[in-house]
Amino acid sequence: MAAPKYPALDTLALHAGQSPDPATGSRAVPIYATTSYVFRDTEHAASLFNMERAGHVYSRISNPTVAVLEERVAALEGGVGAIATASGQAALHLAVATLLDAGQHVVASNSLYGGSHNLLGYTLRRFGIETTFVSPREPRNFERAIRDNTRLVFGETLGNPGLDVLDIPAVAGIAHAAGLPLLVDSTFTTPWLMKPFELGADLLYHSATKFLGGHGVAIGGVLVDSGRFDWEKSGKFPQLTAPYDGFHGMDFEEESGTRAFLLRARREGLRDFGACMAPMTAFHILQGIETLHLRMPRHVENARKVAAFLAAHPMVESVGYPELPSHPDHALARRLLPRGAGAVFSFNMKGGRPAGRAFIEALRIFSHLANVGDAKSLVIHPASTTHYRMSDDDLRKAGITAGTVRLSIGLEDAQDLIDDLSRALAAAKKTAQ
Amino acid sequence: MNFTVGGKQVFAYTAAHAIDAALPTVVFVHGAGLDHSWFGLQSRYFGYHGRNVLALDLPGHGRSDGPPLDSVGAMADWVVEVLDGAGLGKAALVGHSMGALIALECAARHPARAERIALIGVGYPMKVSQAFLEAARANEQDAYDMSTIWGHGPRVPLGRNPNPGMWMYGDNLARLARLAPGVLYTDLKACNDYAAGLESAARVKCPALFLLGRRDMMTPPGAAAALAQAIAGSRTLQIGSSGHALMAEAPDAVLDALIEFLA
Repeated sequence: MAAPKYPALDTLALHAGQSPDPATGSRAVPIYATTSYVFRDTEHAASLFNMERAGHVYSRISNPTVAVLEERVAALEGGVGAIATASGQAALHLAVATLLDAGQHVVASNSLYGGSHNLLGYTLRRFGIETTFVSPREPRNFERAIRDNTRLVFGETLGNPGLDVLDIPAVAGIAHAAGLPLLVDSTFTTPWLMKPFELGADLLYHSATKFLGGHGVAIGGVLVDSGRFDWEKSGKFPQLTAPYDGFHGMDFEEESGTRAFLLRARREGLRDFGACMAPMTAFHILQGIETLHLRMPRHVENARKVAAFLAAHPMVESVGYPELPSHPDHALARRLLPRGAGAVFSFNMKGGRPAGRAFIEALRIFSHLANVGDAKSLVIHPASTTHYRMSDDDLRKAGITAGTVRLSIGLEDAQDLIDDLSRALAAAKKTAQ
Repeated sequence: MNFTVGGKQVFAYTAAHAIDAALPTVVFVHGAGLDHSWFGLQSRYFGYHGRNVLALDLPGHGRSDGPPLDSVGAMADWVVEVLDGAGLGKAALVGHSMGALIALECAARHPARAERIALIGVGYPMKVSQAFLEAARANEQDAYDMSTIWGHGPRVPLGRNPNPGMWMYGDNLARLARLAPGVLYTDLKACNDYAAGLESAARVKCPALFLLGRRDMMTPPGAAAALAQAIAGSRTLQIGSSGHALMAEAPDAVLDALIEFLA
């Protein structure tokens, strides 16, 4: 007898988490624009508050539209469940704040989105949570940085800005040997390119603003738990395995086993920090997810063509795309990302800051802005924007040069994109001369 | 709460309440490869509504020491040992799937200890396909996939979880991933080998409720008919929307049925 088969990602992207609305028959996910939900009677109210019945009480904690997005992303990732948040940053904060107390420590890749670096390196330090940043290129760096008070290991599937590929199986092995979970930011890869839980990660999150939404109209995040990390066995997480006065003495692990992390993250994290997702945002992101499996192959196909064009251009010093043999993680990318290394990458242009500015200003199709993962192609020149105040020396320390340009390759015709870049590189060359 | 039975640690969820021998007791018994949290919402309700609750981790499951017991009869006797260890006499027994067979057998063997039995997602004989058994014996992923896909209604992967934000398949797979090798096989073999169902059912004298999912692919409602007929005065309730994982797929309907039955 053949083993039964799970629905494929393409099918889950369209259906997981939603049945046609029982009240109206609506096939599309209804937008439940409501703050709260009428109780059937006082007994029903008490049961919902005491978690004896499933359901919605207040939309900061859960909402039917948001729940569809949460269940859908959990299905795509193979997790036990998910929590949608106000942004990707809120998802990272929710993960850290659920697991760590003041006096505890994170070991993180130093190849991170700037916002994540700020949160871990500066803001959380104010609240007593320290982070040691290590190069992800050598997994043993994570092991060497783990201390007695470390409670989380963290990295990006494809790191900023150089697209370092996180060796998830190796880093997860190191984390698990120390009784620690591995959290990854999966924004650049999406479940279409990589399933981090299958490689050993325990928790993941997305800035859903990017490829999951794909349209650039909504800010949001989603935090997903694999349910595979055994908090009780680790012995390092009384936050989940001991009675908690902040929630009526609940022992989250005893109460819910595989769902302990999400239970506390929702019931404490959304309740107290409040960074929930609005139902309209969830609806927007769901519209994007319905075509994720169609968009991602095109993103990757276009990125490959553009990267190849740039790698051969005389104005380009280097292209940092893991699919190119010149990238230091090329072999790792082939192993962990067989479908492709995403559609966001940087290249270094000759001619310094003036050439960079001229390049940006000559582009017609690429939009100059601070975002990635849109259906439209995007560009930014860090030395004249996000890193404007930094000296060339400081830029170098951040892995950026005065001529670094970051591209997010969209879904336009690839030749049109190449023509646009070609024209802009010609303009940059004139400035450089 | 931890008990010691036969020199081994046993865990039972009590909804954070101390056991009070003066209160009525409900014992929840999970199915193959699962643990006490399978009854999370329902056991919590009764724990906060004037009952002692013992939502058990069977030996080798969850937090209870192994090895797993290899027959329904042994597990039924073990439930009584747990009641003894907790200083409790009679209890209502609520079992799901393999746990329902355990509750049935317990009521037949130990009639003085079973006030009522609620048998959820049950069928008899509970035959397990050879392919499923072989995959479980080899600890192959196929066995966990069969347990997950057949263990839920057909619309679950495309539907909506009553528990906001949770993915039922993922939850089931995560539970199974924590099992020690061989546990699922031992459970499935115990179900497959159980041959005393009709005789035991005929010996049951306490009130019995059958709670069945109309979309159940593992134990379709018709598979419980012979057992239901063998227990005098038993009641059967079908939940139209649910597959085999009734506590997760239809948590309120299960709870409402139990509240009425255990009142």
